[in-house]
Amino acid sequence: MTHKVDVRALASLARLDVSDEELARLEKEIPAILEFVEAIKNASLKVAEDKPTLMNVMRDDINPHEGGLYSEDLLSAAPMRRGNSVVVKQVLHKDKGKKTKDR
Amino acid sequence: MELSALTVMEARRALDAKKFSARELTEAYLKEIALRDPDIHAYLEVWAETALAEAQEADERIREGNALSLTGIPVAIKDNILIKGRHASAASKILESYVASYDATVTTKLKNEGAVFLGRANMDEFALGSSTENSAYGVTKNPYDTSRVAGGTSGGPAAAVAANMALVGLGSDTGGSIRQPAALCGVVGLKPTYGAVSRFGLMAAASSLDQIGPIGKTVGDVEAVFNAIRGHDTNDSTSLPDTAVYVKKPKVIGVPRAFVSSGVEKDVSLRFESVLNNLRKAGYEIRDIELPNLTYSLAVYYIINPAEVSTNLARFDGIRYGLSEPAETIGDVYTKTRGRGFGPEARRRILVGTFVLSSGYADAYYRKARAVRSLVREDFKKAFESVDAVATPTSPIPAFKIGEKSDDPLAMYAADIFTVPVNLAGVPAISVPAGTVTRDGKELPVGFQAIGSHGGEEMLFTIGKDIEQTR
Repeated sequence: MTHKVDVRALASLARLDVSDEELARLEKEIPAILEFVEAIKNASLKVAEDKPTLMNVMRDDINPHEGGLYSEDLLSAAPMRRGNSVVVKQVLHKDKGKKTKDR
Repeated sequence: MELSALTVMEARRALDAKKFSARELTEAYLKEIALRDPDIHAYLEVWAETALAEAQEADERIREGNALSLTGIPVAIKDNILIKGRHASAASKILESYVASYDATVTTKLKNEGAVFLGRANMDEFALGSSTENSAYGVTKNPYDTSRVAGGTSGGPAAAVAANMALVGLGSDTGGSIRQPAALCGVVGLKPTYGAVSRFGLMAAASSLDQIGPIGKTVGDVEAVFNAIRGHDTNDSTSLPDTAVYVKKPKVIGVPRAFVSSGVEKDVSLRFESVLNNLRKAGYEIRDIELPNLTYSLAVYYIINPAEVSTNLARFDGIRYGLSEPAETIGDVYTKTRGRGFGPEARRRILVGTFVLSSGYADAYYRKARAVRSLVREDFKKAFESVDAVATPTSPIPAFKIGEKSDDPLAMYAADIFTVPVNLAGVPAISVPAGTVTRDGKELPVGFQAIGSHGGEEMLFTIGKDIEQTR
C-alpha cells in the first residue's frame, strides 16, 4: 500500500475547496490515518468474505402521493428558486471548447 | 420537585397524580437551562415558547386521562434529528439556515406520545468526533468539570441530561456517540440493535453504522424512551420487522480479557472490575472470552466510516438546501460551498473516504475492511453462543481536557476502541455509570458497557438495573 497521497487530486474529486495551509496539514494527517487503518491487512480472511448481508429493499412503485404535496416544503429550502424550479448555474454550454472546468 | 432525582417513571406518576403539571415541569427545566447552559453549552437552540405550548397540550391530555408514557416529559433532541419547521444543522455551518421539511420517524413517535421538545442539543459536526469539539458552534463542556469535554458526538444531549437541563435525550450512535458521552457525563446511554429504531429523518453520517437511541439518568428512563421510539418503519429500508422481544434472564457475562487489558487507565479498569464483582455477587457468572478480531475494529471502522461519510455528505452541494456560495460556474458553487461549509474533521473524513473508495485502492481498503467487519460480527456471534452479554469499559479514559486531543485525529479515534466493535456488528449495547475516578481533584464519571446479541435490549436493561441496584 502506498502513502504517497495526492491530497489536491482527492480534494478535487470530492469537490472540496482546500487552502494551501490546510493542504500542508492534510498531507501529513491523511497518510498517518491510512497507515493506522492498514492494520487490517494482517487480518486472516479464511472464514469470512465480503458477502453483503443486507439487501436494499425498495417499496413497490404504486400508490404515488398526490402531486405537489411536498413541493413547497422542499423548494422553500433551495438557496435559489424561480417559481417551481430550483435555479442552478448553467450546466451545459454551447461552446464546448470553453467548458473545461465544469462537470 | 427535585430535578436531579426525578426519573421518567416518577415524573409520570407525579404528572398523572397532578402533583405538578407538565407546564411546571417544563418551566423547571427551562429555568435550569437559563441558569446552567451558559456554562455548559449543551443546547444550540432552546424552544421555550413551543415547549410551554406542548406542555400545555400534555396537561390537557393528562386531564382527559389520555396520557402515554412520555406525555409531558421534557426531551433534548440532538441537532441531526429532524422536526418539521425547525432548524436542524448537525452542528455544521453548511446547514446553519436549514429548516427541516419533514419529521423524523422518532419525532413523529415522540409527538404522538406528547413529549415536550426543549431544544436542539449540540454535537460534533455531522456526528464526526468523540468530544463535541467538532461542533461549528462551540464545544459542550462536561458538567463535572467544565475544563473537560462532555464526550461525543452526542455531547449536548448527554450533558443536558447530566446537568438536569432535560429529563431524557435523543442521540445517535455511529461508533459510540451515545454511549461514550453518557459514560463521560455519568448518565445511561443505549445504542439499540441496528434497525430497531428508524433512521428516517436522521441526517446520515455512516448509514450502515448509525442508530438513534436514548440517553437518561437511569436504565428505566432509557428503556421507557426506547420502547416509545422503536419499531418497524416502511420509510427506512434497513428497519427491522417488529418481532417478539426475546426475554431471558441473563446469567453469564463474557469479558474479552485480552481486549480490555490494554490501553485502559488503571483506575478506570478498577471501576470496571468493581462492577463485575458486584454482578458476580448478584449471581452472574463472569467468564473470560476471546474476541480475536476486535483488535481490528478501530482500523475497520476508520475505513468504513469515512467511506460512507464521504458518500453521504456528497449531497451538500449548495443547490437544494443549506449554504450556497455564489460562483461563476456550477462546479465552483460545489467546491466553494463545501470548502466553506464543512469543518476540519468533516473535510478529513471526506478526503479519507474518497481515497479508500477510489479506483485502485478500494480493494485494499474498503472491500478488505468490509470483509474484516464480517469477522468482527462472527466473533460476537460465536461469543453469544456461550454468554448472554459481553462487558467492557465504555471508554478507556474519563473525560479529557478540552483541546487535549483536538489536534491529533488518531489520538481522538483511539477513544472509541470499545464502542466501535458494537456498531460494526450491529448489536445493541448500553453504558451504565460505574462510579468515578479523580483527575486534578475532580471526580469524573466512567461507564460500564454491556453488549447484547441482536435484539437483546431487554437483557441489557436487566443487567443495567442489576448494576444500579448493586451500587
